[in-house]
Amino acid sequence: MERKKRPDIKGLEKEATEIRKDIIKMLGEAGTGHPGGSLSSVEILTGLYYYKMRHDPKKPDWPDRDRFILSKGHICPALYTVMARCGYFPKEELMTLRKLGSRLQGHPHMLYLPGLETSCGSLGQGLSIANGIALGARMDKKDYRVYCLLGDGETDEGQVWEAAMTTSHYKLDNLCAVIDRNRLQIDGFTEDVMKLESVRERWVSFGWHVIEVDGHNIKEVMDAYDEAEKIKGKPTMIIAHTIKGKGVSFMEDKAEWHGVAPKGEQIELALKELNMKPSKEQLEEAEG
Amino acid sequence: MRFEMKATRDGYGEALVELGKTNPKVVVLGADLTDSTRTGWFAKEFPDRFFEIGIAEQDMLNTAAGLSLTGKIPFVSTYGVFVSGRAWDQIRTTICYANLNVKIGGAHGGVSVGPDGATHQALEEIALMRVLPNMKVIVPCDAPETYKATMKAAELKGPVYIRFGREKIAVITKKDTPFNLGKAATFREGKDVSLIACGYMVYEALKAADELEKKKISAKVINLHTIKPIDKEAIIKAAKETGAIVTCEEHQIMGGFGSAVAEVVVENCAVPMRFIGIQDRFGESGTPEELIKEFNLDSSDIIKAVEEILKRK
Repeated sequence: MERKKRPDIKGLEKEATEIRKDIIKMLGEAGTGHPGGSLSSVEILTGLYYYKMRHDPKKPDWPDRDRFILSKGHICPALYTVMARCGYFPKEELMTLRKLGSRLQGHPHMLYLPGLETSCGSLGQGLSIANGIALGARMDKKDYRVYCLLGDGETDEGQVWEAAMTTSHYKLDNLCAVIDRNRLQIDGFTEDVMKLESVRERWVSFGWHVIEVDGHNIKEVMDAYDEAEKIKGKPTMIIAHTIKGKGVSFMEDKAEWHGVAPKGEQIELALKELNMKPSKEQLEEAEG
Repeated sequence: MRFEMKATRDGYGEALVELGKTNPKVVVLGADLTDSTRTGWFAKEFPDRFFEIGIAEQDMLNTAAGLSLTGKIPFVSTYGVFVSGRAWDQIRTTICYANLNVKIGGAHGGVSVGPDGATHQALEEIALMRVLPNMKVIVPCDAPETYKATMKAAELKGPVYIRFGREKIAVITKKDTPFNLGKAATFREGKDVSLIACGYMVYEALKAADELEKKKISAKVINLHTIKPIDKEAIIKAAKETGAIVTCEEHQIMGGFGSAVAEVVVENCAVPMRFIGIQDRFGESGTPEELIKEFNLDSSDIIKAVEEILKRK
């Protein structure tokens, strides 16, 4: 099947800002949730849902769709927002996040919301699931691809490395994983909590093709997805270097904003900053 | 009476091979124990549908989950202790929460595993599995019943746990003995007491019932192979008809099979109960026969429990 043409980069950057605003609004309304990792993963998701992935929001069960497996379930506000804006469900529903009766559970539940490929929330499990889907695709001689997003802190989990071995053992080149390398987890910097570096060397030594990108540079992210598709005989890991809480100055690089929702004035301040984003960029462009 | 002796794991292995022939959706995953779980038989015949995951139970369960999401019917197998304990969170959050179509074969259930000792004798999986929403739990009484349970599991939608043992045990059912999931099988009628058992303990219960008959005590024997969903009707009927129940399991009493029966009894028709099972201790090394005696699981222990309970009626 023909792949989508590259969307306009400026347009995607603007969309990313809109997604961040929606995340802040929904977390503000919920009064609970995880802004840090949601904000850091926006471009990673945008690159998939607006460009790379073959999917149809009107047909979430389409057998030939590419699969996106969210492994770090707590950043679902970002995924829900992207899905709503792509047309999987009405945007107004975002405001039901984490409320009783909502399809938007605090951590995703696939039986409630069409378009979610799995239920997740307990860390370390997604890559194994993605492996299973990639093996199934191969058995069925299907050409759909499987994408999986992990948190960097999440790779503390031993199961991730069990899965990493399986992906490379079975040479699953129809699988591409991304680590949102925002360098923070709840208890602080990843390197203080449990050393992860060298992330690149670790994945290379496990038999993966590794690409490092600025995870907020949408062009680099899209280039990486394209490169991954061309790699044969081994899986690809994209290490996306990001900033936790990206886009909201008082949240950026702060572990405290891992799992606390903004309230009152903080919401207004965050939205005000994000509202300024396009005009600020235009200003720089005009100056440059 | 002499019985043919056969291990329940053999029934599992034979059913997988049959499923391999009849159901192209069935795939099997192993964690380096393909021989002792008898999944090697499937692997040999259907190498393209067998996935070796290595000694990585958590990864195996979630890889199976992924395969199920593509329409496959995965059977994963390893020892019951490892699959139910080490991968419990994967079974809970990924498989049961989303009601994924993953079948779990738990080998080496009970102390009758023998000399390997406590680390390899699963005594907790019934409790660990039955507490999970959407999970079905089957503990077949012999090899033919394990075969039928495995075939049935492939037909059902959603997660199923099947427990089987290591040693050869008496074959007490026939090829044409009906197996209805969720329906208890009455193997012997009686009016003084009901012996409700699962797995190998059905045989011990039948032996006990023979001995009790000599003492003019009429014992009903129920093979309650499906622990979840449990056959409430059969349990209530047994309680009403006999007025006393002894449950028999090769598993911890706490949270296990007897507890599951007691939940039904207490809420519907409280009658005196006794539990034959593991009394809050770990297993030991020894021969299976020695261990069945050491842990008070044999027919003489059942008889003792019956004699005591009859005084309370």
